[in-house]
Amino acid sequence: MVELTLPKHSQIRPGKVWPKPGGATRLREYRIYRWSPDDGENPRVDTYYVDLDDCGPMVLDALLWIKNKIDPTLTLRRSCREGICGSCAMNIDGGNTLACTKGMDSIEGAVKVYPLPHMPVVKDLVPDLTVPYAQLASIDPYLKTVSPEPAKEWLQSHEDRQKLDGLYECILCFCCQTSCPSYWWNGERYLGPAVLLQAYRWLIDSRDEATGERLDNLEDPFRLYRCHTIMNCTQTCPKGLNPAKAIAEIKKMMVERRV
Amino acid sequence: MLTPLKRVRGLGSAKEGTDHFWRIRITSIALIPLALFMVGWMLSLRGAGYAEVRASLSQPLIALAAALFIVISLDHMRLGMQVIIEDYVHGEGGKLVLLILNTFFAVAVGVVSIFALLKLAFGG
Repeated sequence: MVELTLPKHSQIRPGKVWPKPGGATRLREYRIYRWSPDDGENPRVDTYYVDLDDCGPMVLDALLWIKNKIDPTLTLRRSCREGICGSCAMNIDGGNTLACTKGMDSIEGAVKVYPLPHMPVVKDLVPDLTVPYAQLASIDPYLKTVSPEPAKEWLQSHEDRQKLDGLYECILCFCCQTSCPSYWWNGERYLGPAVLLQAYRWLIDSRDEATGERLDNLEDPFRLYRCHTIMNCTQTCPKGLNPAKAIAEIKKMMVERRV
Repeated sequence: MLTPLKRVRGLGSAKEGTDHFWRIRITSIALIPLALFMVGWMLSLRGAGYAEVRASLSQPLIALAAALFIVISLDHMRLGMQVIIEDYVHGEGGKLVLLILNTFFAVAVGVVSIFALLKLAFGG
């Protein structure tokens, strides 16, 4: 059955409250999920205080400030710090988003930071995304053609190119994927919103010649039809995309090819 | 020792699911007028006795609408319950048993309801 409570070794305990930085006048409280595979302990939530006069405005700035100035063991992924790499996806203030584009002024009270939900944790804020990456590989996220390759390039009209808008911008941060209850319950069989949005990106590409094959591969009660239009994906996407609509379009194509 | 891709590909695509998706929508559409009709019909029989209900049900159109309502709503219920079982029950054995019981339940309720309807409509 579905797990509604955490297993014993995953239950979160209160953690350490780190001392406030000396001389700071404007402080912000951070409560951060901590877990290490090395010590056999349960996860805990540590409390930190960030000196706002010494730190940038984004949640990622604060996390790096904590790592640099208070606790170097705090572990997280980050790279571009401008919302294009998708590395710093985490659960902030109850919603999945990118730490680098989430301003702390948009959050009331203490800032609560957890890893992406319902994924195995590697350490602290780093989730294990092996399964969603394999799911992405399973939908062949690249152009498939049979016709002889043109001398220069595969051409596409402006109208057809516009169909990719709202799809190509996905940075694969998996905020949507891990916000979806259906994906929580059936994550190994349901492909999830991020992967289905990618699948639709190739289904709707006018240059791709494998549309039927791609639909065959998706037509499955679990791979596609676990989507129950809960819409968490669309609500949480830090890039403002609409995976729920992409999934609905795939379902439309499925019906279209049989009626 | 399975690779992640092997785990994710599993037994491959079932190449079905669209029929279920489409059918649950078609039954929804059919149930809108049927449910409205049934509610209206029941309201029109407020305070009526057994004889009046039987007389009403012996009219072919009303009996047919009631039969359609019963069959289609039970089919819709079965399809919806199947989704809930597939979502939340993860043990393969338990899931299979519940899916079978789900179908049996819908058919049993349907058969009993239709029998009762026929008995009312044709007397006896």
